[in-house]
Amino acid sequence: MSVTYLGMPPFPQAAQDSTRDTRLRSNLRHATHTIRDKRAGAVAELPDWAALRTAGAQIKDRTLRHLDTYLEQLEAAVTAAGGTVHWAVDAAEANEIVTRLVRETGEREVVKVKSMATQEIGLNEALEDSGIAAYETDLAELIVQLGDDRPSHILVPAIHRNRGEIRDIFAEKMGRWGRPAPDGLGDSPAQLAEAARLHLREKFLNAKVGISGANFMVAESGTLVVVESEGNGRMCLTLPETLISVVGIEKVVPTWQDLEVFLQLLPRSSTAERMNPYTSTWAGSTESDGPRGFHLVLLDNGRTDTLADQVGRQTLRCIRCSACLNVCPVYERAGGHAYGSPYPGPIGAILTPQLDSVETGLDASLPYASSLCGACYEVCPVAIDIPEVLVHLRERVVQGGTVTVRGQRTTVRPAKGHAAERAAMRAASWTFDHPRALRAGERLAVRARRLVPNRLPRPGSAWTDTRDTPRVPPESFRDWWRRTRTPAEATEAAGKGGEGKVRQERAGSARREGPTGGVR
Amino acid sequence: MRVALFVTCINDALYPRTGQAVVTLLERLGVEVDFPDAQSCCGQPQFNTGYRHATEPLVERYADAFEGYDHIVVPSGSCAAMVRDNYPRIGAKAAAEGRGRVLSAAAERVVPRTYELTEFLVDVLGVTDVGAYYPHTVTYHPTCHGLRMLTLGERPRQLLEQVEGLQLRELEGAEECCGFGGTFAVKNAAVSSAMGADKARHIEASGAGSVCAVDNSCLMHIGGVLSRSGSQVRPLHLAEILASTRNAPL
Repeated sequence: MSVTYLGMPPFPQAAQDSTRDTRLRSNLRHATHTIRDKRAGAVAELPDWAALRTAGAQIKDRTLRHLDTYLEQLEAAVTAAGGTVHWAVDAAEANEIVTRLVRETGEREVVKVKSMATQEIGLNEALEDSGIAAYETDLAELIVQLGDDRPSHILVPAIHRNRGEIRDIFAEKMGRWGRPAPDGLGDSPAQLAEAARLHLREKFLNAKVGISGANFMVAESGTLVVVESEGNGRMCLTLPETLISVVGIEKVVPTWQDLEVFLQLLPRSSTAERMNPYTSTWAGSTESDGPRGFHLVLLDNGRTDTLADQVGRQTLRCIRCSACLNVCPVYERAGGHAYGSPYPGPIGAILTPQLDSVETGLDASLPYASSLCGACYEVCPVAIDIPEVLVHLRERVVQGGTVTVRGQRTTVRPAKGHAAERAAMRAASWTFDHPRALRAGERLAVRARRLVPNRLPRPGSAWTDTRDTPRVPPESFRDWWRRTRTPAEATEAAGKGGEGKVRQERAGSARREGPTGGVR
Repeated sequence: MRVALFVTCINDALYPRTGQAVVTLLERLGVEVDFPDAQSCCGQPQFNTGYRHATEPLVERYADAFEGYDHIVVPSGSCAAMVRDNYPRIGAKAAAEGRGRVLSAAAERVVPRTYELTEFLVDVLGVTDVGAYYPHTVTYHPTCHGLRMLTLGERPRQLLEQVEGLQLRELEGAEECCGFGGTFAVKNAAVSSAMGADKARHIEASGAGSVCAVDNSCLMHIGGVLSRSGSQVRPLHLAEILASTRNAPL
């Protein structure tokens, strides 16, 4: 099963449409720049931020290195605390487990805490297929669900909507799901929040089953941790009789002391807060308080395969803060939907293709959805070198290679549609490795320089539709140097020598076949 | 001190004046500079598009071409970052693929000697006032790889601030990518163009007569957007400003 949504086009195609949406561009620009600036301020307050960031990365790396040990420790601790642990190898298995658990309660409705893992596996849709209604209770997730929409941001899923749009969605749709919006609903934040509060209160009070994810799981005590801002999570985690948490296996940390590092890194990176308003922690279940039954579904869904890749595994450090989305110039223009999965932005561009066991055209395009500007790496609180992973995944797309799929080492072939590019790249490398061919090429360009039109046919039009082409100068630097800096009699010898020296030293490679036989 | 210029392929073919400016500038500062003819391209376009194997011969070529020089000066943040950050990765991956340490050794030979131009001026030569004269308004765009991979920091600004007559204009959103990104510019042309348009708008709003950077690849994109929109703002490599003097003004 793919993490991407069905029928999504490759990224460039989707982004071509979304960049033209001026309202979306303006919503996103305003929202991302506001969060971005606030994050910078919150981070700058801590003199030891760099050390915290390093600690975060190292704790995650160490935990991932011994993931089997910590997961078993966690399972034992959760079980001892009265919870039941289930292991799900993929999305289908996780959905089956959750559906069965809900059915066993006899309930037809569940309330949900905002959770990336359940979006990743398409849990709401799976429950709906079994006649179970899942109600999102996070404000932004509610907006997305009522609007029959998709989330476009990890932290603020309705970032693509403005107040007016939200008002319309509430007024039109709330009544179909439960308590309708008050008459004459305005678009002030206070009015919108009040409408959501009244609507959701009904859900909280009636729900017998809650479903959540978790930000962290502490192995030593079997404690799950959810951090949130609205209090809806606390409601869902404490009011229902049964609580089911679906959590990716990479969310485990060994100890509470380790957790302390992340409780500093996460709020400042995601909401630019020193501390998030609600931090809920629980282990198992108790008779006297909160849910009587607690189930933890540990989700793999491609994570073990990702862990097998030496470069790609750093992706699993991610704590879903979304700081990378908020600074990404590509995300800001293309919007989250163009990434075609619940994980948009730079982290999505590296996470989605790695989690997917079936490569789609969209998966192959995602690693290219970046100018490699490095802003994401700079703000990442666990120092994921996203540009490094992007380039690594691009290699997999065009060169193929060995990957792990469901625990098996598998050779993947290069993705389709790169034949012309591959030929061009190889020809370029060959030319650059043969200075005389390079010089001939440069001189040809100089002679033809007045023939270069300002508007090129495809594929050159991808450049010239919006940009003028640079003018080819009358002389290359190389020729200028030879003309002005090298004595006349030495010129010929130097030219040959320059090429010959390297050639002789690398005799093995000097006789390689070139793609353009006539040049030499 | 043996100093070699790695002019980079794009400067060689499209912006020879930048290479000439580096030579003029370094010679004015008393540095004898050589141009090893065996040099070509650092391999960044291939590597960043995913063609790591096609990059490997160029890593060896670079290491061989610059053998014996104390310092390799590169008038491009992006190409210098390619050598310093990615050559070791290429070496490590080749070794992991069972192809020995040849590329790792090549990387180790050149990484410590490769300097972006402003690093060479400020860190090695220890100068910020290079005796330049450019009595015009300029805004500075810190290109991404220079800013984040090389962490050039204030070096380019320090050099610009010492240029006689130069008025530096602030650029809004200066640290945002211009949208070039190598093959990104054509693979994701719509997003690249949208980023370029925003950058061009901010450059226009700065009121400067020229936009200066340490990478001609980014300036090619920015300049292409500016000129298509009929802007009079001139894209200019930092080296050309630093080479300009009262006697030989740009």
